[in-house]
Amino acid sequence: MPLATITIAQALRKLRMKECSAQELALACIDRIEAMNPTLNAVVHTNFERALEQAKNIDASGGTSLPLGGIPYLAKDVFCEAGVPTTACSNILRNKTYTPPFDSTTTKRLTAAGAISLGKANTDEFTMGSSTETSCYGVTRNPWDVTRVAGGSSGGSAAGVAADMGLFALGTDTGGSIREPSAFCNCTGLRPTYGRTSRFGVMSMASSLDTIGPICKTVEDIALVMNVIAGKDPLDGTTVDKPVPDHTKVLTGNVKGMKIGLPKEYFIEGLNPEIETSVHEAVAILKDLGATITEISLPHSAYATATYYVLCPCEVSSNMARYDGIRFGHTVDKPASLTDYYGRVRSEGFGSEVKRRIMIGTYALSSGYYDAYYRQAQKVRTLIRQDFNTAFRDVDIIAAPVTPNPAFTIGIHDNDPIAMYLEDIFLVGQVMAGIPAMSVPCGFTKTGLPLGLQLMGAQWSEELVLRCAHAYEQATRFFEKKPAL
Amino acid sequence: MTQLTEQQVRHIAQLARLQLTEDEVRRFPQQLTSILQYVDMLKEVDTSAVEATSQVTGLENALREDVPAAAIAQPDALLGCSALPIVGHQIQTPSAH
Repeated sequence: MPLATITIAQALRKLRMKECSAQELALACIDRIEAMNPTLNAVVHTNFERALEQAKNIDASGGTSLPLGGIPYLAKDVFCEAGVPTTACSNILRNKTYTPPFDSTTTKRLTAAGAISLGKANTDEFTMGSSTETSCYGVTRNPWDVTRVAGGSSGGSAAGVAADMGLFALGTDTGGSIREPSAFCNCTGLRPTYGRTSRFGVMSMASSLDTIGPICKTVEDIALVMNVIAGKDPLDGTTVDKPVPDHTKVLTGNVKGMKIGLPKEYFIEGLNPEIETSVHEAVAILKDLGATITEISLPHSAYATATYYVLCPCEVSSNMARYDGIRFGHTVDKPASLTDYYGRVRSEGFGSEVKRRIMIGTYALSSGYYDAYYRQAQKVRTLIRQDFNTAFRDVDIIAAPVTPNPAFTIGIHDNDPIAMYLEDIFLVGQVMAGIPAMSVPCGFTKTGLPLGLQLMGAQWSEELVLRCAHAYEQATRFFEKKPAL
Repeated sequence: MTQLTEQQVRHIAQLARLQLTEDEVRRFPQQLTSILQYVDMLKEVDTSAVEATSQVTGLENALREDVPAAAIAQPDALLGCSALPIVGHQIQTPSAH
């Protein structure tokens, strides 16, 4: 078995038994990046020299005993790493190659735990999209069918893991950006509870919705990464001071007596029949393993996407104000005035989707419209959240599809933002509630495209979600299938 | 039903400090209108007795002790990120006048 294809758990055993070195493992992933990136475009900045130096040090100093000692990974291009270009796949940071002088808390924790960053993964511009098609570096291609998208916005992260370019990748999930590409690429991805992982040093899209999480090959690997990245960060005032458990301890395979709800609002017209079947088959397997299944209702689900596409652009219009061409990023010559400078920097630097969201947010927050849009959306958010709270009084886990369709063809949603937004229809309710949700491989279409099962739990119930996902994964082992590249 | 005109789009762009191209001025009214018409469905939800949600963690006004700590980045390194001239440890910006 080629070295780069192994899981984190397998790699840690090999490294500690001295069956391979951290340098060999890093080189195996670098070889994959060099061989496959021209086809897939999953990685946009590389960091090989530093990575190999780190690997050498880990080998020399016994660093493989660290929690992730010697494990190579990719970080989405919004995680700041000192001395490494980080551009959010936007021309506004690409044109002067923004190279941050500081580290995000998450990459810092990973480095301290012995993990090795190989480079930056492609994303939609500032994570705004569901396909990586808005990246200034061009689209990431799906390893399972290169005419299709890998999903987004963490498309480079998911494609990179599926193609063995890193043993795992960091993603961000604001409206599904970890779960959707994981489903499209046969990866396992977790959006943690909001407040569980630090956002410090990660370029913000919508601060009340953004979360940081891992994309991996298996549930056990997700647990291993969460053990390192979860927990209170003094630099992020929205992280919560709750103890971080050993997430691997709960992976018992036992779901006996677990109550699983199927929300009827997620099985609607327009849901791809193969996806519908795969989710029902997945739930039947969980039932065979001892779980009980009931139909539940999340009555405000139909409003989740609309709520998201008010709140998110409002926060975007605020967060994107910092890109003014003064402290970092793109610049222009001979401005007529400061206003002219701002206007030209931002117009040349931002792509269409970012401009659309800034403008929708500016409009929705403007005097006379604030109550009708922003305030109303915040209130509907309350109702969506209450739906989940009510449901979790009766069930432990909610199971649903991740997306209404498998990976779509590149270019199919060009110039139709609404059609693109509707790809997120099953992914944004959880965001409004701030609950953990993950995507686990649950089979393939007849044409060989991967499908994902979404599992959600109440706030702070990562351990329960991981236990359920792990039991299902071990019973099915869809993650073992690799794309024919 | 919400319908944005080219003139409104130009005004919003000005508020957001975006200079749109003529092509964008032609494309954006229809695209932004379709988004606003989609989210208009929120208006049919009765929220008269509902509080707004602005956070879900229960944290409000997260405070900490004001104690000195090591800097996360050095001032010169931060200044080095700017493409504009640095004069006396400050960024020289285009004139506001």
